[in-house]
Amino acid sequence: MNFEMLAFPLVTFFEKFVNIFITRGMYKMVLDGLKNTAIITLGALVIGVAIGTVIAVIKYFGEGSKALKPLVWLCDIYTTVVRGIPMVVLLMIFYYIILVSASGIAVGIIAFGINSGAYMAELIRSGINAVNVGQMEAGRSLGLSKLQTMRKIILPQAVRYILPAIGNELIALVKETSVAGYVAVVDVTRAIFLIRNNTYESVVTLTLLAVIYLVIVIVLTRLLKLLERRLSTNDQRKKS
Amino acid sequence: MINVKNLEKHFGGENVLNGISVEINKGDVVCVIGPSGSGKSTFLRCLNMLEQPTGGQIIFEGDDLMDKHIDLNAHRQKMGMVFQQFNLFPHMTILGNLTCAPVMLKKMSKSQAEQKALDLLSRVGLADRAGDYPSQLSGGQQQRVAICRALCMEPDVMLFDEPTSALDPEMVGEVLDVMKELAEEGMTMVVVTHEMGFAREVSNRVLFLDGGVIAEEGSPDAIFNHPQSERLKSFLAKVL
Repeated sequence: MNFEMLAFPLVTFFEKFVNIFITRGMYKMVLDGLKNTAIITLGALVIGVAIGTVIAVIKYFGEGSKALKPLVWLCDIYTTVVRGIPMVVLLMIFYYIILVSASGIAVGIIAFGINSGAYMAELIRSGINAVNVGQMEAGRSLGLSKLQTMRKIILPQAVRYILPAIGNELIALVKETSVAGYVAVVDVTRAIFLIRNNTYESVVTLTLLAVIYLVIVIVLTRLLKLLERRLSTNDQRKKS
Repeated sequence: MINVKNLEKHFGGENVLNGISVEINKGDVVCVIGPSGSGKSTFLRCLNMLEQPTGGQIIFEGDDLMDKHIDLNAHRQKMGMVFQQFNLFPHMTILGNLTCAPVMLKKMSKSQAEQKALDLLSRVGLADRAGDYPSQLSGGQQQRVAICRALCMEPDVMLFDEPTSALDPEMVGEVLDVMKELAEEGMTMVVVTHEMGFAREVSNRVLFLDGGVIAEEGSPDAIFNHPQSERLKSFLAKVL
């Protein structure tokens, strides 16, 4: 084993890193990219949860209702179509065909949101189904409407059941946004790719990119754990 | 107050209720007894339409609840219900459980509702638990809270669906005491129960259901001391 071979690249790695990102100031590109990644992820998360909740509620009420049949049918088509198309393809369809005049970021938020909504729907539905039917009956017996009971009684409880799964979906979403560069968005991945093209340095740039995503995912996981613990302080499963 | 005419309920091919007619007047305490599977709970759940009857009429305060154009939620506000499994809202405090519906339905202001809730809780000896969550209470305490939750809407009639069946034996008394007090105050009550002692002592009318019909009805004295039908005699022989 030649130790010089090992030590040498480590030193040059660090030197190159400092040179590219600090001396030549390219960290700004990375930060701007991170900002776009965050905007798209959070925007898509909000849209995804909103769409997912609406679909889950429609499907829940649609089970025994003839009037909601067409809506349930529409929701099924949506989920099937969206889940059957690769994210990149969906993104490009939105950018080049459906929302031609919108900015890449707006398209990204909408396309990732619509994609995420399809997965969230099933997730949230499983959460709603996990809440005891007696809860709906109790709400209705007090005179609350179906929607009022859903909003105040059922959904707050459903959220606790599915928080870990929503966390997984969020993590998948962050990583998925790395294809946003296909529609002219400079997210963190695109930013690093641009720097790599500029400097011809693959090792330094791609390693940094991988570490950035890893750190984001670790931080998100921690935050979700905290949130879970806060919500479960008065957990119904805990028997006194 | 409630006039039930020829009530029928079929589940698929199964006939659960086969034409029940009964009139419940203001101030009545009606106990419904009968073997399991006789349709007692279904009958009770039809009274506030938690179970959709397949035939007949339920006239509540002059309106037919089977009428499709009726505002069912408005009528349910006047019919409190207590469930076998309590069905308290686990994500809300005891106070939240009581005030949620009256505040949401704009029946009372938040402070009015809280005052009312605390009054009710102190009457059942639980005022000091107002800030706790349901999971921190015993079964008997939870059921007393559930009774208060229904009373907080100031209903005209209270429906009890086997309120003590899920309780440990030593907690049955505390719940029955609350119900007894309620009856003495003149609340109209319909109680599905296996507590023959309660039926005998507190009710002014007993319905014996068997095979989805009222097989026998009368005063507690008539039902328990002078049963007419063989079915009632054999039922009483088993439970007394």
